[in-house]
Amino acid sequence: MKAFTDLYWQLDATTSTQQKVAILAEYFRAADHADAACAVRVLCGGRRLRAVSTSQLRQWVAEETGLPEWLVEESYAHVGDLAETLSLLLPNAEPANDEPVSEAGLAETIDRTIHAIVGADDATKREVVTATWRRLVPQSRIVWHKLITGGLRVGVSRTLVARALAEVAGVEPAVMTHRLMGGGPADAAEFAAILSPITTADDRRPYPFFLASSLEQNDTASVAEELGCVTTWQAEWKWDGMRAQIVRRVDDATLWSRGGELINEAFPEIIAAAATLPPGTVLDGELLAVGHGAGDEPMLLLGFTALSRRSGRRQVPRKLLADVPCVFVAYDLLEHEGHDIRALPLDDRRRRLETLVPSCFGDALAGPSPTETCLFRSPLVTADAWDELATRRGESRERGVEGLMLKRRTSAYGTGRARGDWWKWKIEPLEIDAVLLYAQAGHGRRAGLHSDYTLGVWDGDRLVTIAKAYSGLTDEEIIEIDGIVKATTIEKHGPVRICTPTLVMQLAFEGIAPSSRHKAGLAVRFPRIVRWRRDKKPEDAGTLADLRRMV
Amino acid sequence: MPDLLEVTDSGLYCAAGDFYIDPWRRVARAVITHAHADHARSGCDRYLCAAPGKPVLRTRMGGNAVIETLRYRETRSINGVTVSLHPAGHVLGSAQVRVEHRGETWVVTGDYKLAADPTCATFEPVPCDVFITESTFGLPVYRWPDPSTVASQINVWWRANRDAGRTSVILAYALGKAQRIAAMVDPEIGPIVAHGAVMKLVEAYRASGVRLPSIDRVPPRARRVGGGRALVIAPPSVLGTPWLTMFGESAVAVASGWMTVRGIRRRRSVEHAFVLSDHADFPGLLAAIEASRASRILVTHGFSDVLSRFLRDRGLDARPLATRFTGEASPDAADAADDDAESDADGGEAVLP
Repeated sequence: MKAFTDLYWQLDATTSTQQKVAILAEYFRAADHADAACAVRVLCGGRRLRAVSTSQLRQWVAEETGLPEWLVEESYAHVGDLAETLSLLLPNAEPANDEPVSEAGLAETIDRTIHAIVGADDATKREVVTATWRRLVPQSRIVWHKLITGGLRVGVSRTLVARALAEVAGVEPAVMTHRLMGGGPADAAEFAAILSPITTADDRRPYPFFLASSLEQNDTASVAEELGCVTTWQAEWKWDGMRAQIVRRVDDATLWSRGGELINEAFPEIIAAAATLPPGTVLDGELLAVGHGAGDEPMLLLGFTALSRRSGRRQVPRKLLADVPCVFVAYDLLEHEGHDIRALPLDDRRRRLETLVPSCFGDALAGPSPTETCLFRSPLVTADAWDELATRRGESRERGVEGLMLKRRTSAYGTGRARGDWWKWKIEPLEIDAVLLYAQAGHGRRAGLHSDYTLGVWDGDRLVTIAKAYSGLTDEEIIEIDGIVKATTIEKHGPVRICTPTLVMQLAFEGIAPSSRHKAGLAVRFPRIVRWRRDKKPEDAGTLADLRRMV
Repeated sequence: MPDLLEVTDSGLYCAAGDFYIDPWRRVARAVITHAHADHARSGCDRYLCAAPGKPVLRTRMGGNAVIETLRYRETRSINGVTVSLHPAGHVLGSAQVRVEHRGETWVVTGDYKLAADPTCATFEPVPCDVFITESTFGLPVYRWPDPSTVASQINVWWRANRDAGRTSVILAYALGKAQRIAAMVDPEIGPIVAHGAVMKLVEAYRASGVRLPSIDRVPPRARRVGGGRALVIAPPSVLGTPWLTMFGESAVAVASGWMTVRGIRRRRSVEHAFVLSDHADFPGLLAAIEASRASRILVTHGFSDVLSRFLRDRGLDARPLATRFTGEASPDAADAADDDAESDADGGEAVLP
């Protein structure tokens, strides 16, 4: 545990990517393989270990320290990090007591103090947790709390871990990224295998997803200037679903999320359809929730809210399967007849995709074409000029898509978010001026600063909430608003402050969705603050009617 | 019977004695707990402070201010109200104000800490009926490490920087913490150098008889002062200014109680942080409140809502008292209670409508 604790605090102390990679590489070189396997999984944000609920932890800390639970909550609201709050509240351990646990490695510590109590009764859990508290010094305690509550948040991405491991193994970072897909090494043997200098194809692992960048200038003239001749680009709709990969190998088909999670159970109909693909096929595409029209009616898109009812499930009830059917719309073919074809030009890959996946999703939406399959390829949006493409992009909102994807016809399927070949040409967000009604202290760098805002618009003569927004302001603005929030607090409900409406924020969003949480009965999607409208007063803010009119 | 002390537009007022304690507006007679900007405003007709704090208050209030003093524990009658000043342990000359009238005793702590500090007299509990306490760090997450531990952490850091040929710059309030750090560290490691704002107060401390190691003033437009061996003590406001460039390669650290919390540390974006405060930590506040034996507690600047609720949970008569003191209250104000912020320290955390 000591080596991992040191690793954590070293990573925490630097913001330099290069330094983080160096620190990680040094750790992986020296670490016991079982510990290293554990560390990779934890750092890549693999499955949460969570053995106890955070409310239990809070309660036990309250009992151990004799502090009332509300004071633990107030402390958490101020510190903005539960693992740290609990560590700061607990009495200091005797440094000598750290020995037994710090000598145990990460894997053993996790086994003994976390895995061992999954499913145990509360009394046992409590005993193990409190005994661990007494053994660990505060520095290790924070790290251990992060492990037991899931989520390390130390500014290390899977990409950085892959870069460090690639350095240790002496392979390309892209190869290492591929080896880390699907959760990371399970044990010492798998960790050793990951470090192998020889590249072998893995049976089930998905490929690292290639991501597009947003165009900085969205107007047609700038896009044309930036990207050159329109015919060198392939355009598709940017679907509002969930990116995924189908990996069809000899034995079975698997479905993977962009986060590297296996999501077969949530989408049984997709798995069934994928089984019809020839072995040695890997498709990159988008999961979408659709409604099947009656009779000859075309399919219609149900949107992301519906899809989120399906994703993340271990088991899908029959009714949900019928209410929210899902489809897989393939963009790209990464593996064909057992060969990795990512380096081939997009045009080539696309041609092969069209023979493998004959049904075009565009036809399904245009209908009437009742279809048995739920496996489609994405329709292309064709245009001879940028202006024409811009007109098509203008249809996006009506079509329920987020804009266009532009991919260079000659491009390979890369890794990560390399700029230049794949672009998102999104539609302009909708905007409304909304009033700050509640504020709550933030987390991490914004700990103790009121930086999470609930915003509202007018419904007649009252303000109703429509969104919670966290980002978009500068640090200086947040500090200033924090002062205003404190000075205009009407009421406090735990960490939430209700303020006199004085501040108006320009809010960008992508659409509206029904909401039981917000008083307006609806919530805006992907809300973010564009800027603070110091020039506006609450009475100048938008109304619910404005919002409905926009969508 | 009206309360002996009450908050008015001008500050904490004693009607029976017709004087203010740390007023935030110009008044005829001000009793001052200590010379930080949010407690001592210029422009009052007469000031009364503890004797060791006079040179410090003089540097803040200017040469013409009328400053009277009391020795610690010495009493004086102001319009029939008995007033005495008692060590608060916050900075040099800091005092708790004891006010007694018709058999009732109130104590106003100003800012205070319980830990030992070589540059000022140690906090002394004063029994009273009503205790007005600060609550800057009134959350249980704030528990200070032993000052000697912090001193050795600073020494280790300074020595490592010196060996690497890097100047050590430590950011701390010009009044109090800067001098405390100078007195805490091991002067054998290298030269100690101070910013002009700190130096002015170093001189005031020396004038009051506080022993400090040799400290050099930074000469204007100098290059590589201290040759990469020095410990530079400066107010937080120098961060991000060209002033820092005259030391060549340097490592910058902040010394503050807020540095307990990682999120606040990260926000300050300095490489190193030391947990060092001139305020009481949570256990310190509780200890002082208990030692006062007061039956009624009024909680000012900081976490006044939280601390008073906690005290009420424990069966005490406690409630928040809104004032305009800021203490070390805002972790984001680079120089709260610093002399550079003297012109306007209004708008602090504790202001509620």
